[in-house]
Amino acid sequence: MSKTLFDKIWEKHIVRQIDGGPSVLYVDKHFIHEVTSPQAFNGLNKRGIRVFRPQQTVATADHNVPTLNQHLPIKEELSRKQVEALIKNCAEHGVELYGLGHPFQGIVHVIGPELGITQPGMTIVCGDSHTSTHGAFGCIAFGIGTSEVEMVLATQCLLQTKPKLMRINVEGELNKGVVSKDIVLYILSKISASGATGHAVEFAGSAIRSLSMEARMTICNMSIEMGARCGLVAPDETTFNYIKERKFAPQGEAWDKAMAHWKTLYSDGNAKFDKEIFLKAEDIEPMITYGTNPGMGIGVNDNIPTTETINETDRSGLSKSLAYMGLKEGTPIKGQKVDYVFIGSCTNSRIEDLRMVASFVKGKKKADDVEVWVVPGSKQVEKQAKEEGIDKVFEEAGFILRQPGCSACLGMNEDKIPSGKYCISTSNRNFEGRQGPGARTMLASPLTAAAAAITGKVVDVRELIESYEPETVINN
Amino acid sequence: MSKALNKIKSTAVPLNIENVDTDQIIPARFLKATDREGFGKNLFRDWRFINDDENQPKQDFALNNKAYSGRILIAGKNFGCGSSREHAAWAIKDYGFDVVVSSFFADIFKNNALNNFLLPITVSENFLQKMFHAVEADPTTEIEVNLEKQTIAFGNDSETFEINSYKKTCLLNGFDDIDYLLNIKSEIEEFETLEKQS
Repeated sequence: MSKTLFDKIWEKHIVRQIDGGPSVLYVDKHFIHEVTSPQAFNGLNKRGIRVFRPQQTVATADHNVPTLNQHLPIKEELSRKQVEALIKNCAEHGVELYGLGHPFQGIVHVIGPELGITQPGMTIVCGDSHTSTHGAFGCIAFGIGTSEVEMVLATQCLLQTKPKLMRINVEGELNKGVVSKDIVLYILSKISASGATGHAVEFAGSAIRSLSMEARMTICNMSIEMGARCGLVAPDETTFNYIKERKFAPQGEAWDKAMAHWKTLYSDGNAKFDKEIFLKAEDIEPMITYGTNPGMGIGVNDNIPTTETINETDRSGLSKSLAYMGLKEGTPIKGQKVDYVFIGSCTNSRIEDLRMVASFVKGKKKADDVEVWVVPGSKQVEKQAKEEGIDKVFEEAGFILRQPGCSACLGMNEDKIPSGKYCISTSNRNFEGRQGPGARTMLASPLTAAAAAITGKVVDVRELIESYEPETVINN
Repeated sequence: MSKALNKIKSTAVPLNIENVDTDQIIPARFLKATDREGFGKNLFRDWRFINDDENQPKQDFALNNKAYSGRILIAGKNFGCGSSREHAAWAIKDYGFDVVVSSFFADIFKNNALNNFLLPITVSENFLQKMFHAVEADPTTEIEVNLEKQTIAFGNDSETFEINSYKKTCLLNGFDDIDYLLNIKSEIEEFETLEKQS
């Protein structure tokens, strides 16, 4: 019988099927961080039980850490206590922690792949909705709540109902200046912020296949923004080449055995999906959001929709969104003044993102009245950026290269955008107040963000494109 | 105190907004606690107060409208989208709600709610709109939820709702998923052994 990629992985991880209820799903890898794990450890301690399989959980500190002066004690008391609780909990339960100061520290969805922990065919969970990122390797990877973190710590299992399956096919070649972030913002603008709720989404088609691993991660990362339970891309040579030789990748015989399994991980020719969507790569322009959910995106040359032109899903929220954003319906977004540019987050903070920005920015200076923060996804990304001289390019352009963490993506630490200010952000959410109370977020690709940093406004990056190197985006 | 839920009869608070994300339910800056209690006071913080000031409530926000009260929150479709933070469910429960009604819930929020004995009830869009109208027209309108029978009713209107039988049993009896999983630990160990051999 033909099976989807999702089915193949799901079936291999079912411990038990409850009649009329969920499945008991086995979890291969569990990532934890300081914000959504303390209550789970408290729960274990109250029950007097230990972490069941500590070697299958990896911890880092990312959501609530400062991105300057990380060698100093954390100033803010509550944040410091949260990070200290993580250190204590990991030590007591024998969980590996890549905390502040560790060379592997970083955003949880950046470090998993870069260390080779994330591998095809796995089930991966974390108390963070962007766990969907890991699906780029052909995994079932999804975000969970803290009660579920406790379940995984206690039993390495979760009770899960099998989602429906959707496949989104993007065929053809991307236009110049259009990158993976634009693809996913385009998909979101087509299907809305709830368009994939209840579904696992497989991304397929020639435009997806041509993307590097990091670009695929950007797309899977934002599958949660469509409401999807998870996003997946079938593993291929690009995937295998990326994993090979990484710190925790299988070696020698184990590698051959793993490869034999990984090569079976694809959706069979006539596998059935509950829903299938077909999009053309050449229809995609550099995208930007104008509203307060990630589905409210348009091409940079388009006008902000009106109550008449907008899709039905976002109609009722349009005026509230635009009032918050200080934007007018039916007007161009191009030319909109920008105050802050944030390049970072688990969506776009990897070395390719930083290279892409650097290749565009080299020799240019930021606009005077724009503040630009670049926050690398991990210590390893930071190190590599310095080795490649990317830090110097940023310095000369007037960008501030900070230290790894989630930073202004969610404004949990002190990296907040002031009320009323406009921020072009490479992150994943433009919700009201997401980057700080009153902050106005416009989501875009690293290239579009870099172009805004140089010009101080929303522009079509293609008009400034001469110094950008597309091969850093679409490799292989 | 038993966590179990079954029959709930209460007035409701109508939050007639769609796509309510968990950043609105509980903004990230309130996620720094290491326990589960006390999140209710910051529920919908930035929609409730001007300039984050508890002395300046936004009068037009439903939770600040003294006419509305009760254990049931009614919200527009796609409720609880975005971040997986369980703090959102904790905040709603801690504020005093036992039921959230919407025409559509985001997946992670729904699981988090169920794990905290906060019952998410999915109704048809038509029924949801009728409920909004009824409660907005008369805030003393009582809504009756019967989990055993899977019904929700007000006035002369009623609808049945879906919930899987496993979860229903948990909620009716106050059982946790974690208890269930701990009870089948030997089966999980057997599964691991078989997987290693394959």
